[in-house]
Amino acid sequence: MKICVLVKEVPDAAVEKRIDSQSLRIDRGGEKTLNPFDTHAIEAAMQVKEGGAVDVEEVVAVTMGPESAFRALHKAVSLGADRSIHLTDDALAGSDCAATGYALAKVLESESPDLVLLGQQSDDGECYTMGAIVADHLKMPSLTQVIKMDVAEGKLTCERQAEYGYDTVEIELPAVISVGDAINEPRYPSLKAIMGAKKKQLDTKALGDAGIEADRVGEGGSRTSVLGISPPPPKAAGEIIEDEDTNETVEKIVSWLDERKLLA
Amino acid sequence: MSGILTYALHYEGAFNKNSLGAVSEGAKLAKEIGGEAGVVVVGGDDLTDELCQSLGSHGATKVYRAKAPEGLAQPVVDVMAKVISDEGYSYALFGGGLLGFEIGAGLTARLNAGVTMEVTEVKARDGKLVAVRPILQDSAIVDVDYVSEPGIIIGRLNAFEASADGAGAADVVDVDVLLEEHSTKAKMVRRGEQRGADVNIEDAKTLVAGGRGLGKAEGFDLCEQLAGALGGTVAATRAVVDAGWYPYAAQIGQTGKTVAPKLYLAAGISGAIQHKVGMQSSENIVAINKDPNAPIFEFSDLGVVGDLNKILPKLTEAVKAKKGG
Repeated sequence: MKICVLVKEVPDAAVEKRIDSQSLRIDRGGEKTLNPFDTHAIEAAMQVKEGGAVDVEEVVAVTMGPESAFRALHKAVSLGADRSIHLTDDALAGSDCAATGYALAKVLESESPDLVLLGQQSDDGECYTMGAIVADHLKMPSLTQVIKMDVAEGKLTCERQAEYGYDTVEIELPAVISVGDAINEPRYPSLKAIMGAKKKQLDTKALGDAGIEADRVGEGGSRTSVLGISPPPPKAAGEIIEDEDTNETVEKIVSWLDERKLLA
Repeated sequence: MSGILTYALHYEGAFNKNSLGAVSEGAKLAKEIGGEAGVVVVGGDDLTDELCQSLGSHGATKVYRAKAPEGLAQPVVDVMAKVISDEGYSYALFGGGLLGFEIGAGLTARLNAGVTMEVTEVKARDGKLVAVRPILQDSAIVDVDYVSEPGIIIGRLNAFEASADGAGAADVVDVDVLLEEHSTKAKMVRRGEQRGADVNIEDAKTLVAGGRGLGKAEGFDLCEQLAGALGGTVAATRAVVDAGWYPYAAQIGQTGKTVAPKLYLAAGISGAIQHKVGMQSSENIVAINKDPNAPIFEFSDLGVVGDLNKILPKLTEAVKAKKGG
């Protein structure tokens, strides 16, 4: 069986994210890293591979993004993926999540995976929808926010929290599964794996290589447009206490609560 | 054609609160831009005429009832795609919740539509809809326009309130939809399992909520002791409930409960949007977290940057002393 894992390069959590006032897109300058939610998807793939219930021939990391995004793929292979694919093309810039999902699905189509895994959300776009978009294009069954996944020959048994409690769902493969961050504790890459990451096969694809129709991606292919951007309504800044002397800190908290009659 | 189509999720004979919010919002917007206020419901014999007609009290004019498995997204995508294509709806609108995200995303792909998620407000303008969405941890707000029809709008949890000022019974139409092959390949084995003890957090005036920052399940002992001293109840984030540290019934946020106590004290909670939407109406928010960059400090009234293992026990003692004295 073949597993493809969708990954994304995002601004590092320590970098303040902002919107470019000209393009009205997220400013993608500054330090980048692999989307932390994606590490759970890679770990889930590795656990299937190492679990022994099914035979996994390879785990392939797939990303779409600017040239710099190869670093997210290096991180993904250092965490265990066998090879990676980088979809990159100037014509993709400005794609919204619908266009991105279409483009990624075209790349996946050519790989014919038995299982597609991805994280529950990206740290920057916060769309939560990529798995279901990709699944509909691929005509595969799909489930998001999965926190437990047992694999057997030809099928998965998944658990997730939905509106009324925990659901258990059986899914026939091939399938697209987006995993919640409670599914596992991702491993750290070994130094050897980090050093070896650059040697693993990385294929770069442009629009034509993946059979992507240019008018369905990029700014022109996106079906939404941002009319304007504004700051959120102002909220009075809260008081902040840095704990240095805990007795003093606790005293301050108690008097704050007492002033508001919350200890009555 | 025009009009707005929504989806109403149901379970054990009642519609979901967020779905009813979407139905009400859809009905209000349909009045402004014209067209039907349609609702799709999917299920079995539990979808009685009476239950479906009751959506009229929230403003729905037409209810499309389809026989298909309930609780999974892809069969609903098939039904809604058919209704939108046959009846020419201009927008599909969803309340906050897991299924709304999945169905909305599936429709986006199926109909090559534009989509906006985490929407907090929808404005009618020149016969079209504009979706308002906070982005980047709510640090900016964008107005999003749709360049083609249909447009897909996925609301944030609690964004749309259910109103009951509709005209009366809605028209109920049965629709026959042949499901796509892939939509039949997922099967619900067990639905709505409750894990852990049944606790009531919605009526508490004081809540002490614990998150991943507690470090381990035993960390909740500290929260329980403080809640005991304050005369309150303990609540939890989704991450720690999924990890099995605390009962599901105590969970706040997306797919959990929405609370608005007088005092909300968050211990080791970073303040992700999914949690924020479930507690932001609390009167007084106190947050204790060791990470000074935690988003919760952006919306707390009192933020304490420090180690909760040191602070909580001493705070419990100090509260006891104050109350006793």
